[in-house]
Amino acid sequence: MSLLNYIFKRIIQMIPVIIIVSILIFFIVRLIPGDPVTIRLGIKATPQMIETLHKEIGLDKPIFVQYVLFIKNILNGNLGYSIRYCAPIYDLLKQKIMVTLFLISVSLTFSVIISFPLGYFAAIKENKIQDQIIRNGALIALATPQFWTGLVLMIIFAVSMKIFPVGGWGESWPQRLRAIILPAFTQSLWTGALLTRNLRNSIIDILKMDYIDFAKSTGLSTRVIKKRYIIRNAMIPYITLGGLELSYMLGGSIIVERVFALPGIGALMVESIYGRDYSVIQGVVLLIALLVIIINLFTDLMYAYLDPRVKLE
Amino acid sequence: MHTLTLELNWSRGNKMITMTKDGFNDKKISLLKRSTSMNIGVILLLIMVLLAIFPQFIATHGPTDCSYKDMLKPPSSKHLFGTDNYGRDIFSRVIFATRIDLTIGFFATIVPFVMGSLVGLLAGYYGKWLDSILMRILDIFMIFPFMVLVIAIIAILGGGIKNIYIAIWLVGWRYYARLVRSEVLQIKNLEFIQAAKTLGYNDSRIILRHVLPNVLNSAIVYAASDVVQCMLAAASLSFLGLGIQPPTPEWGAIISEGKAFIRTAWWTTVFPGIFLMISGLGFSFVGDGLSDILRTKGR
Repeated sequence: MSLLNYIFKRIIQMIPVIIIVSILIFFIVRLIPGDPVTIRLGIKATPQMIETLHKEIGLDKPIFVQYVLFIKNILNGNLGYSIRYCAPIYDLLKQKIMVTLFLISVSLTFSVIISFPLGYFAAIKENKIQDQIIRNGALIALATPQFWTGLVLMIIFAVSMKIFPVGGWGESWPQRLRAIILPAFTQSLWTGALLTRNLRNSIIDILKMDYIDFAKSTGLSTRVIKKRYIIRNAMIPYITLGGLELSYMLGGSIIVERVFALPGIGALMVESIYGRDYSVIQGVVLLIALLVIIINLFTDLMYAYLDPRVKLE
Repeated sequence: MHTLTLELNWSRGNKMITMTKDGFNDKKISLLKRSTSMNIGVILLLIMVLLAIFPQFIATHGPTDCSYKDMLKPPSSKHLFGTDNYGRDIFSRVIFATRIDLTIGFFATIVPFVMGSLVGLLAGYYGKWLDSILMRILDIFMIFPFMVLVIAIIAILGGGIKNIYIAIWLVGWRYYARLVRSEVLQIKNLEFIQAAKTLGYNDSRIILRHVLPNVLNSAIVYAASDVVQCMLAAASLSFLGLGIQPPTPEWGAIISEGKAFIRTAWWTTVFPGIFLMISGLGFSFVGDGLSDILRTKGR
């Protein structure tokens, strides 16, 4: 099966999942106690005003019709209006998602930079002191809360050394790059530790395989064995976990963005909870679900590219 | 074959590990090394449990005692970890918080452990339509990252400790279900299960006495790392102001309160985090040790 066919098939498979997710989100938001119209208009609203707005939004229609309207609106890019920000939610998400995507891509880059050499080095020094240090270091990183790591890094590098800004975003890209380094590093300590452990374990398993001995006996250079035999095979679980971590980081960004006052969708979600701005929460959750589905698709594609044995079926 | 036994003593009784002579040298070294990390883990957790049970003997002040003379004082002999903006002793608050955080970690893990394992057992053992339905529900839950789903549920239910539990319970079961189901599928068609069926045992006996003891290992190992995740998640929620509310001492909440004074009073944020880290590390070490022991024993 060709790659295009595979992508097409996967997108078709994604449709029922997206539909169920949208139903779930649609009903969950309606489970929230209180009438959204009354919340939106405030206590001073007259019954007539409430009724008019009810009709305008379509809340007087049967629930099924409401769902169809909801989907139609989403497809038209109309996700509702944020009371708190006084802006259409679609525009709000479009603007904030860039910050979050920038944050998680820099975090992923840092995680790879950290985990790749450390994982490889720990594996070839299995059970030696270097391996012990790396493994226990990873355990410590995994036991540390991200919001705390972020604050400690902030105290050291922003408050006392003044290398990075304490928080916030910037007007220009150089400023933004400087603002993103500490939060990205905070996130990558956790994911980097997980990836390091994973890479170490898979390289150790690979080193014990017969085909490595065979490759050595054919007289291949260490460099070729390393590149073509060890790293390529170790990449398969590494990338799968990397994809999972990317989705995880979307969740982690909620906290990291709050710590560093970054205007991303995570911070938007928390602020909307404070402000009871439920349609924004609905939009953020929908967007994150969509992103996770896309990330999973890309992970699968990378997987198939690296391991020809994986048939695109 | 000649066998050697190696006994490792934990605080909770003896675990016997039998190994064949061939693999001995290798495994002995790594097991002994791991056992030190396991022992460190057990010691760290014991200290934490003692702090949780007897905070009043260790704390120097009451957890909510305010003193306006001592606002934001740096660490000293009188206030080991300094004081916060209400003049409360950080050391005492951190010690008293141990009980709350450990309790949350325990209950937030044990309920999903039971729920998820049950779902995995039933789905894996009965298969067919039950499996399809449960696994489709699982697929939907798996789409959302842990924190996103937890925070979304908190958004609906509101903050507070009760809702933290509910949110983590509703989300946490999914990994256990997946783990246990895959283990059940692996052993379901093995001879000893078939033999039990031939003997005419009913399903509940086979599931509880024959399947369950053989599939729980990986879920137990996962639970040890999950405690860390749940504790950190609960602390993160309190940090966001969606969990435990001040003035109740909880590590995440203390850090959250200290965040406003990060430029002037670093001690209010740094110390509670160290305690969170130490307890997390204790569970991680124990989990690492458990995974080695159970793996050696099981396979």
